Amino acid sequence: MNQLLEVNDLVTSFRTAEGKLSAVRGVSFSVDKGETLCIVGESGCGKSITTLSVMGLLPSNGEISRGSIQFSGEELTTKNEEELRKLRGNEISMIFQEPMTALNPVFTIGYQLREPLMIHKRLSKREATQKAITLLDQVGIPHPVSKLKQFPHELSGGMRQRVMIAMALACNPSLLIADEPTTALDVTIQAQILDLIDDLKADLGMGVVMVTHDMGVVAEVADRVMVMYAGEVVEVGTVTEIFEAPKHPYTRGLLASVPNIDDPDHSMEAIPGSLPNLSEEIQGCRFHPRCPFAMDKCMEMEPPLFELSSEHQSKCWLQEVKHYDKQSATSS
Amino acid sequence: MLGLIVRRLLQLVLLLFGISFLVFMSMHLAPGDPASIIGGPTATESDLAAIREELGLNRPVLTQYVDYIAGVLHGDLGYSFQNNQSVSSAIMTRFPQTFNLAIASMIVAILIGVPAGIISATKQNSWFDVSSTTVALAGISIPNFWLGAMLILIFSVQLQWLPVGGLSAPFWTIEGMKQLILPAITLGTASAAMIARMSRSTMLEVIRADYIRTARAKGVRKRAVTWVHALRNAMIPVITVIGLNFGFLLGGTIITEQVFAINGVGRLMIDAIAARDFPVVQGTVLLVATLFVVVNLIVDIVYAVIDPRISYD
Ligand SMILES: Nc1ncnc2c1ncn2[C@@H]1O[C@H](COP(=O)(O)OP(=O)(O)O)[C@@H](O)[C@H]1O
Ligand SMILES: [Mg+2]
Repeated sequence: MNQLLEVNDLVTSFRTAEGKLSAVRGVSFSVDKGETLCIVGESGCGKSITTLSVMGLLPSNGEISRGSIQFSGEELTTKNEEELRKLRGNEISMIFQEPMTALNPVFTIGYQLREPLMIHKRLSKREATQKAITLLDQVGIPHPVSKLKQFPHELSGGMRQRVMIAMALACNPSLLIADEPTTALDVTIQAQILDLIDDLKADLGMGVVMVTHDMGVVAEVADRVMVMYAGEVVEVGTVTEIFEAPKHPYTRGLLASVPNIDDPDHSMEAIPGSLPNLSEEIQGCRFHPRCPFAMDKCMEMEPPLFELSSEHQSKCWLQEVKHYDKQSATSS
Repeated sequence: MLGLIVRRLLQLVLLLFGISFLVFMSMHLAPGDPASIIGGPTATESDLAAIREELGLNRPVLTQYVDYIAGVLHGDLGYSFQNNQSVSSAIMTRFPQTFNLAIASMIVAILIGVPAGIISATKQNSWFDVSSTTVALAGISIPNFWLGAMLILIFSVQLQWLPVGGLSAPFWTIEGMKQLILPAITLGTASAAMIARMSRSTMLEVIRADYIRTARAKGVRKRAVTWVHALRNAMIPVITVIGLNFGFLLGGTIITEQVFAINGVGRLMIDAIAARDFPVVQGTVLLVATLFVVVNLIVDIVYAVIDPRISYD
């Protein structure tokens, strides 16, 4: 079986002063071995919470209130903390956005790299040190032996992110989740890190979930793309389908807001308006208040995910017409 | 690091000059004449003049100060007005009691304060958290002498488990430890409470840090996340509080020594102030100031050991 991760109808909510609010509202997706799925969407649309749900690392006021998460055929939502802990850093690894704060400032790079190896693979300190040197070398860090004794603040942001990647890959996980791994880095370093993840993915045959709000990153690394808006999946498709034939108005908006290098005057046509609050109930399609194509129906009824091809789906009433056209065309 | 130590020692010398000057002046300018205390109520004016002559108190104050400092620089802290004992030997015989009391109280404060604060933070709003924060608030508010008196009433008078006072036996004997328990709790409680509050609040901040999530994402065991990854970071501000509390504790020994009839430096100082025994007052004040600076130097060194981002060079 090729399927690594299958998330079905995931709902994640938070206990807040305003009551129980859902940040992820019925999200489904899957990742195959050796495949990169990009999750894109504006900041605050629920990308991180979706991935943290998979890791079982939600903030203390958050919980998975519905849905299933299957990893290599095992259900994760019913596992207890200790069972999840044994998977984390071992079978499923995660890289975070802020390389400046994601490493513990008071422990050496060596200590932090040895940790997953000693915990999951039960290596001795000496074996773990050897492996740590190999890992640092693998992620392109020069002079790995001396780096082991250094502390995070002695390294640049790009180097720290490489250390994070080395740490995440230490136990050869089958799934790597990267939450905006390059957002905090400058452009050249960003490209290097993305290349590195791509190379390692090919070498190790991992599945990768890459969270980003940057369509440029998507174009570079994605096999498939999942677009999220306000806690929901609004469009999924292969990278070609999403870039060449985006169907959801929100996806088109995201693509249009990518700065165009060839034509700097025509850039940043950002989507007007902003994300609704978690507490804001919206009737019909959650995007309709910002949608330039909103119809009466959009304000009344929530659209289903329309199948456009075997891999391409869009949650928008605009597809309904085309959908029936196609159906009647095939039936006649 | 060496630079830090040298700098601190230079600061200490300046500080001691300043403190000795202030204490010297305030002792001489404050009402109360040592000669009349030594001479007693029956002494005549000429008796007093003779006593002043003998103690050198009839010279100008500044001359006396300069003489005193010259002596201190040669390691001579002068002689008690009351019994002519050398001040350094008086301090030497009293100091171990005070030192043991202060260290024992600090240990009590740290051993109770740090774990209580950490557990409170990891179980925020649990019954443990609520009761320990309440006890901590009480611990800060309760006056030393009252707590000491209560402990004596319960454990020494009622239950007769522990001695009422004194600190004569060496601390490594069972008897010595029994003598040390109540004074150490009396003196350490307020510090334990302050350390617990500080540990709790810094820990609450640290467990929300990104690197804690990273540790969990690596599969580090929950206990190691708290007591290794978080604790080491949370301890950085707590160590400042511990250092400050040591000064606070030194002050507290004065009252605690009175309550438990311990012949320490605190009692020596109080008696000397009452008797206007200038050299003894000076000597004890200089000792406390030196201790305070040394403790803060140790705190700075511990800082650099715990936090690799700190470098003193
Ligand atoms: N601990 C929390 N309590 C309440 N709401 C939260 C919490 N963490 C995140 N949220 C909310 O969940 C939504 C999704 O957040 P997130 O997944 O971090 O967005 P992003 O797509 O930028 O990664 C946001 O509206 C955010 O405010
Ligand atoms: Mg995010």
